[in-house]
Amino acid sequence: MKKRIEDLTVIENRQLAESFFVIKLSSSDGLPELEPGQFVQALVTESPATFLRRPLSVHDVNLKEGTLSLLVQIAGPGTERLSKLTAGEKLNLVYPLGNSFTLPAPGEKVLLTGGGCGMAPLLYLGRKISESGIQPHFALGFRNRSRILPHDEFRSLGPVYLSTEDGSEGTRGFVTDIPAFRDQHWDRVYCCGPEPMMKAVAALCRKREIFCEVSLENLMACGLGICLCCVVPTTSGNLCSCTDGPVFNVNDLKWQTSG
Amino acid sequence: MADLRIKIGPLEFRNPVILASGTCGYGAELEDFMDLSRLGGIVVKGTTLEPREGNPYPRMAETASGMLNAVGLQNKGIDYFEKNIYPHLAEYDTHVIVNVNGNTIEDYVELSRRLDMLAAIPAIELNISCPNVKKGGMIFGTNPASAREVISAVRRVYHKTLIVKLSPNVTDIVEFARISEEEGAESVSLVNTLLGMAIDPRTMKPRLSTITGGLSGPAIKPVALRMVWQVAKAVKIPVIGMGGIMNADDALEFLMAGATAVQVGTASFIEPRAGTEVVKGIERFLVEKDFDSVSRITGIINRN
Repeated sequence: MKKRIEDLTVIENRQLAESFFVIKLSSSDGLPELEPGQFVQALVTESPATFLRRPLSVHDVNLKEGTLSLLVQIAGPGTERLSKLTAGEKLNLVYPLGNSFTLPAPGEKVLLTGGGCGMAPLLYLGRKISESGIQPHFALGFRNRSRILPHDEFRSLGPVYLSTEDGSEGTRGFVTDIPAFRDQHWDRVYCCGPEPMMKAVAALCRKREIFCEVSLENLMACGLGICLCCVVPTTSGNLCSCTDGPVFNVNDLKWQTSG
Repeated sequence: MADLRIKIGPLEFRNPVILASGTCGYGAELEDFMDLSRLGGIVVKGTTLEPREGNPYPRMAETASGMLNAVGLQNKGIDYFEKNIYPHLAEYDTHVIVNVNGNTIEDYVELSRRLDMLAAIPAIELNISCPNVKKGGMIFGTNPASAREVISAVRRVYHKTLIVKLSPNVTDIVEFARISEEEGAESVSLVNTLLGMAIDPRTMKPRLSTITGGLSGPAIKPVALRMVWQVAKAVKIPVIGMGGIMNADDALEFLMAGATAVQVGTASFIEPRAGTEVVKGIERFLVEKDFDSVSRITGIINRN
């Protein structure tokens, strides 16, 4: 897919929870084909402390409306500025970037797991899987009840299992403690979340020999494979998470040596 | 129309805008956004004799008006380059320059000798200024005797256009430019990144795995411009200026300070069309101000 640089129009910027926003954008040129797992590089203007673009996962795509949604968590001045975008403003994107998740084969049982901002790519992935005739299951992990992000759209696609670290909602512990994850048969597990979560999910999947793909959120400068800053150690050497990823099969990652 | 052509040694460039090494990959990565034949040239990723994995992650930290990097010359080595990358580069309608690195003088010489034989590579940029490697790189570019030795040795085996990329991490960069000229280089390019560092106060750890790295972006532009101005006054060979060029106005500053050509680097990370936008902006400026050629503004501030 050819990459492009384009000013998209903000259709709406909806606050999802404290410090989480969903920005819906429309393209006057018509959206390019977007695969689940791909990301955009958003240009942040009017934020002097922000020099580089901000990589953001494709959260959802509505082909009928011709809109693309991004899930933004405020993590600094750059994302803070993005959270303040209002309808009608332009947002310059370089996109679509990166590889995509491998979609399941007919009849397979799939679990999509993540937490916090890592939920971003899972909605569009779930939607694509659902469209292919497979019901996706979701395992979402949060610190406590007050940190749980609204997930009605996930629920509309398939069952959602929750975990909280303090047990205030769902299973106490991490996503890997959720009984449905531990006890049921899964052909494929997809994960995006904080690194400790992804490592725990990867370890469990390796043990049970489940196909597992994770989407990494390494620090990036260019997003185009030219700066070589976002590398991840793999069995084929250091690869760029922006072009060879962000989605990797856990068997290709050398997490045990990267700390 | 203004004449944008410039010459570096015997080599004529379509215009004075070149993409800097380490910020344009091998060109192909930017082709979705721009027509490479609209550029003067590209300097492809720093290359070494042997394949290199570079430094561990994290290798990048965003800073005020710039960024630090500590990539450490990750590349697949000259054998892979010759076999898998060079055939594509040979088809580009722009000058493709290779940035040359090594641990030892012998490495630099052998790599330069190999590149001398590649017909579609009309020039090399001798990188004696990489701040992110333990051996070679900046170690050559910050010691006058070592710099002279490596330039002289490469000059003996390299018969095409030789550009020496200088480090700003020295007391007197002019001395290194003079050495390059004396040893027969056709040009000097400056500046490579400035050595810097950043710490995350929350984790109480350095932001780069290597602790220190190279600073680039608008943060370094005034320093780079000053050095280009000093060097351009001191040597007769053409100077290629770079350091924080984000737009045509920035590039014009370097040309007016005495640079014959400029390199656009970090800007491409934020605006992948930066190189061709700079070309357009320079041309627009010359036409507006009624200059018939870009050479009219080269070093214009030094003429009175």
